Amino acid sequence: MSFPQPKPEVPQLPQNLLRTIDCQQGAVRAVRFNADGNYLLSCGSDKSLKLWSVSRGTLLKTYSGHGYEVLDADGSYDNSQLCSCSSDKTVILWDVATGQVTRKLRGHAGKVNCVQFNEEATVILSGSIDGTVRCWDTRSRKFDPIQILDEAQDGVSSLKVSEHELLTGSVDGRVRRYDLRMGQLHVDFINSPITCVCFSADGQCTLTSSLDSTVRLLDKSTGEMLGEYTGHKMKGYKLDCCLSSKDTHVLSCSEDGHVYCWDLVEGSLMLKLPVGKAVVQSLSFHPSETRLLTAMEGRVQVWGADCTYEHGTWTK
Amino acid sequence: MASDSDSDGDFVTFGTPLEPLEEDEPLRKPVPLHEQTVKDEKGRYQRFHGAFTGGFSAGYFNTVGTKEGWTPATFVSSRQQKAGRQNARPEDFMDEEDLGDHGIAPRQITTTADFASGRKDVIRDKARAITSLSAPIPGDTVLEDLVAPARSSMGVELLRKMGWKDGQGVGPRVKRRLCKQRADSATRAFGSASPPNGSSESQDEEDGEFLPENLTFAPKDVTPIDFTPKVDLHGLGYRGLNPLAALRGGPGAGHINLFTMDSDRTNSLFGEDRKGQRRRGGVAGQGFGVGAMEDDDEDIYHRDIMSNYDTVLGGEEPGDGLYGWTAPQQYNRTKKDHSKDAAYLGKILEGFTLASDKLETKTVGIFPPPNLPRDFRPVHYFRPVVDLSSVSPMVAQALQTSRGHMAQEAPSKGGRHQLDSAQRRELLGEATLQGADCSLFAPHAEQQQQEALSVWSGPTAQAQTGQTFKPFERTPHKQARYDLYIDQLKQGDRDALELSLDPTMTEWERGRERDEFVRAALLYKPSSSSLSCRFTRGKQDDGVEADTVEVTRDQENDVDDKQAAVKMKMFGKLTRDTFEWHPDNLLCKRFNIPDPYPGSGFVGMPKVKRDKFSVFNFLTVSESPTASASPAPQGVKPSEPGKRSRWDVSGQAGDKERKEKDPVSEFLSVARIEASGSGPEASTTDGPTTDPTVEVLVPHYYIHH
Repeated sequence: MSFPQPKPEVPQLPQNLLRTIDCQQGAVRAVRFNADGNYLLSCGSDKSLKLWSVSRGTLLKTYSGHGYEVLDADGSYDNSQLCSCSSDKTVILWDVATGQVTRKLRGHAGKVNCVQFNEEATVILSGSIDGTVRCWDTRSRKFDPIQILDEAQDGVSSLKVSEHELLTGSVDGRVRRYDLRMGQLHVDFINSPITCVCFSADGQCTLTSSLDSTVRLLDKSTGEMLGEYTGHKMKGYKLDCCLSSKDTHVLSCSEDGHVYCWDLVEGSLMLKLPVGKAVVQSLSFHPSETRLLTAMEGRVQVWGADCTYEHGTWTK
Repeated sequence: MASDSDSDGDFVTFGTPLEPLEEDEPLRKPVPLHEQTVKDEKGRYQRFHGAFTGGFSAGYFNTVGTKEGWTPATFVSSRQQKAGRQNARPEDFMDEEDLGDHGIAPRQITTTADFASGRKDVIRDKARAITSLSAPIPGDTVLEDLVAPARSSMGVELLRKMGWKDGQGVGPRVKRRLCKQRADSATRAFGSASPPNGSSESQDEEDGEFLPENLTFAPKDVTPIDFTPKVDLHGLGYRGLNPLAALRGGPGAGHINLFTMDSDRTNSLFGEDRKGQRRRGGVAGQGFGVGAMEDDDEDIYHRDIMSNYDTVLGGEEPGDGLYGWTAPQQYNRTKKDHSKDAAYLGKILEGFTLASDKLETKTVGIFPPPNLPRDFRPVHYFRPVVDLSSVSPMVAQALQTSRGHMAQEAPSKGGRHQLDSAQRRELLGEATLQGADCSLFAPHAEQQQQEALSVWSGPTAQAQTGQTFKPFERTPHKQARYDLYIDQLKQGDRDALELSLDPTMTEWERGRERDEFVRAALLYKPSSSSLSCRFTRGKQDDGVEADTVEVTRDQENDVDDKQAAVKMKMFGKLTRDTFEWHPDNLLCKRFNIPDPYPGSGFVGMPKVKRDKFSVFNFLTVSESPTASASPAPQGVKPSEPGKRSRWDVSGQAGDKERKEKDPVSEFLSVARIEASGSGPEASTTDGPTTDPTVEVLVPHYYIHH
């Protein structure tokens, strides 16, 4: 007896606003999902980092220790550690449960724009406006970075880490991919300052958004452009972009208060989420489900594909 | 980090696990003393009765054996019997096979080393031979022989206990005479062996001591070889005066017994103790007597041995005692020797005896001492160093000859210590050195000139493309002359100075100019090439630039081309650069990746000094995105006449420059021009063609409307 094949799921878009969280942190500079997508990290301009529960929308913990606004954060795979970077040129490694500063890593010469754990949370990689990417060791007690990558000629605005690769985007218009396994550095010239880079889930492509209001999908191995997505406005601010959890859509923030969502293959605009009137600063996609976080001004919005239950009523 | 011990159901945990060690946690202080307590299962403090707190009666109360304490049922103190306790021996664990003949511990009765005989132990020698093969130094077991325990066997011990001393003769008694021993030693010194017949003959002829025939004596003593080295300058066998004997006033002092057969008696003065000498310290002698407690009697009464006296009346035998014996008398010589020995008052060396026949003066040749001149004084003084020139020729001659020099030798000025290098060179016959032209005594200006010449005519000066220093800028004529001078210097012209001077000037002016030029040339000489690369001159015009520039090893493409490519959305080969990059070893470890460059200690991008204007600047496309350095100059890619590639259209346009740039770059440059003017050409509408013969691959690109 054979069961019929399940119907292929129609890729869903996170078009429904599920929740709005008022973070009370000043301006939310970055919002991130944690590794499993149950928690939310919000980096505020009031030097605090807050941990929220996505499903309930409740504040779980506040982490204070930075000296200036927190610009980016990331959680380790086991949810036991957080790392955050700030305009005070430091990267802080937090212990989640106790809220204590495990490590304060100093070394950058300017504000640190982006930070991420590697897959096993043994290394923290941080990119800064001073043009360097520093790899910090979480296992040892050393305060010096393991390696400093200073090939960028201008500030590093964004970085992403995969299993054996490091992708950095710099204001000098180049995307640099450091392949640790092969020992190579691949530089892709984009010609305009890069605001955000990210890997695709299958590891074949990289997504790059730059200040010419273009999001490009590049092939990782050859560097060829596989797709170009325009329509949004990204002229002056460092805004985020991302891919959906199944690599079906490309999403990007925009300075006009919307989040644009394109179909990856066709490149057509599928969705334009009306977040607000101000600049949508940051966004983050859930690692597995269709759920999106956006940050605008002082609030964080949770978007999903399913129905919402808010204020006692079900709305779709 | 939560350690899920129960996640894997196969494991069962026992005991309390250790706290997981986290390196970055602050170190916890050890448990302080007042918290180091032991509690039993009910939580009550355990009492140890002062066992761990010290004090006088620490550990006394409540211990085993005391009245408060307890006595275990099956406890037996082994404090007194520790030596006898033997839990188990290895033999207990062995079976019959092990204890048999071929096991590991065979039971057999062997002699221990103490009791072992001196005979060869076959087994031991075999073992030694085997170990010597496997030893670090194959061959003899040197090390073992080097360090061997000082062991004396039981036999030696027994002998010693019975009164034997080292060196005494040991063994079965031999049939020998007392005198014969001496005779044997004497004859043996001359290398002849005593024949058995001779012994029996001389037995009867010997000095009348009545000796029974079967008398045997102990074997001869062996004088142990003395290994003390001779460190003094005395003669062989010299022994100084024995002060004890001399001062004691013993029988040796002043009493020289002429008739003693024992020639050693005369030696008592010279340091040898006789056998009879007992009293070592203190005074002794006839006058002093012996105490009642003494065990041994000293030789108070002078003893004479019978051999001092004749047994035959009538004195010595007349004649030589041969009684007409005319046969060879080598065996009878000893008698005479002894008498001679007795007559000799001086010291006879051990083992020697007076010679029987005098040495012939003719054969040996005793030379008379030299005839001394009348005025000879046996005093030597060193001859003072005399300067021969300051002394009269007669004296000089005398000194020379007395020193042993040949009179014909050319007297050097002031002796051999006042040679200068040239003369020394002459004497030694060495070739003159090719030194610098400037010698120590040349005039100063000339030397400077030479220096300037050498500096400017060297290879480094030639490499200088331009000349930045113009000392005489204000006077162009002078500067021109100076330039001329420098040029000629570069060519190595020695007369550069003279030629460059202006003949219309006065002599004085010319002299001044000459000096100025030389000084300027020296002052601003070109720096040597080794150092010049470390410095670069500021404010350059484009002609004179540093020749090399440091670039990353894999050279980046030209930015302009890339921008053009981006504008045309031709991503891929044109926009991508690949470089070799070395990750840190620790970084690879943290990422759990094998180090791609394990041997390289380098981290980052390797840099290489490249010439700035080189072929690499004209290359825009690297053949493959691999880590190899940019391919060898392949700038020339002639398109084959047979196949028409899409680039031919544009290639013909820039035909002249074809040699320098490759078709793709040309295409780009053409496109760039066109793009600045009008939109992108319709050449993009064609599908991409790949021409495998052309080494540059055409990049694929997507067409966007």
